[in-house]
Amino acid sequence: MIEIEHVLVVGGILFSIGLYVALSRRNAVGVLMGVELMLNSVNVNLIGFARLAESPTPITGQVFSVFVITVAAAEAAVALALAVSVYRYRQSIDVDKLDLLKW
Amino acid sequence: MDDTAVVIAFWVLAILTIVSALMVALVRDLIHAVLFLILSFVGVAGLYITLSADFVAVVQVLIYAGAISVLMLFSILLTPRSARDNAPVNYSAPIASLAILLSVVLIYASVETNWAKASNDFGSTAREIGNALLDPYVLPFEVASVLLVVAMVGAIILVRPSEEAPAEGEQA
Repeated sequence: MIEIEHVLVVGGILFSIGLYVALSRRNAVGVLMGVELMLNSVNVNLIGFARLAESPTPITGQVFSVFVITVAAAEAAVALALAVSVYRYRQSIDVDKLDLLKW
Repeated sequence: MDDTAVVIAFWVLAILTIVSALMVALVRDLIHAVLFLILSFVGVAGLYITLSADFVAVVQVLIYAGAISVLMLFSILLTPRSARDNAPVNYSAPIASLAILLSVVLIYASVETNWAKASNDFGSTAREIGNALLDPYVLPFEVASVLLVVAMVGAIILVRPSEEAPAEGEQA
């Protein structure tokens, strides 16, 4: 029997790794990889709750994870288009050097 | 299904997922990082199967391991000069300690909390998810489709070469 605590521990570790990757990368695509890891860990938690937690409609957790995957796909498409577009203007997608909005 | 086998599969897949997610942070070549990220996505899909979510597992393989990772590879290959370096920023040590602190807090909270446990064993979930999407969650479903259209149009407009944009290779 898989316990819900085990699922949450795996999700928590995955979220922390995603946070570290998202905050510490120089490359914009690397930052996006961290965001995707964090979204995945949230989905692991949702599926774990759907399977192992008490609820009148347990399928809701899985439906929500489908929505999370949809939004993640839209976000990835826009972010990668932005990366390509920024590279065209600045010849770099190094997030340290993107200070266009700095006053 | 045999219960012990499911638990063993869960832990093997969990270790695979976490180790390949760590490798995403540790390898220097960004292409290798994307490949480890795909491995991590496939491991998460396996976790979904052990948690009795077959439809979401298939969607995970199709969208994450298929579409999103191909998008990432494309954008790495379209930005050649800075493409291959997966280096961390200079102050990555405080970020690492923040992440370790966060994971300790999350593990402590999830172990100490008294969860209302149940065992909802779903059979095939595709029909149930379809019914839920078209009955109680029909409004979020339609909003998601609008969001996808807007994101697609926005992405196409962003990468379209415009008249004001400097030509390739010319510094702005």
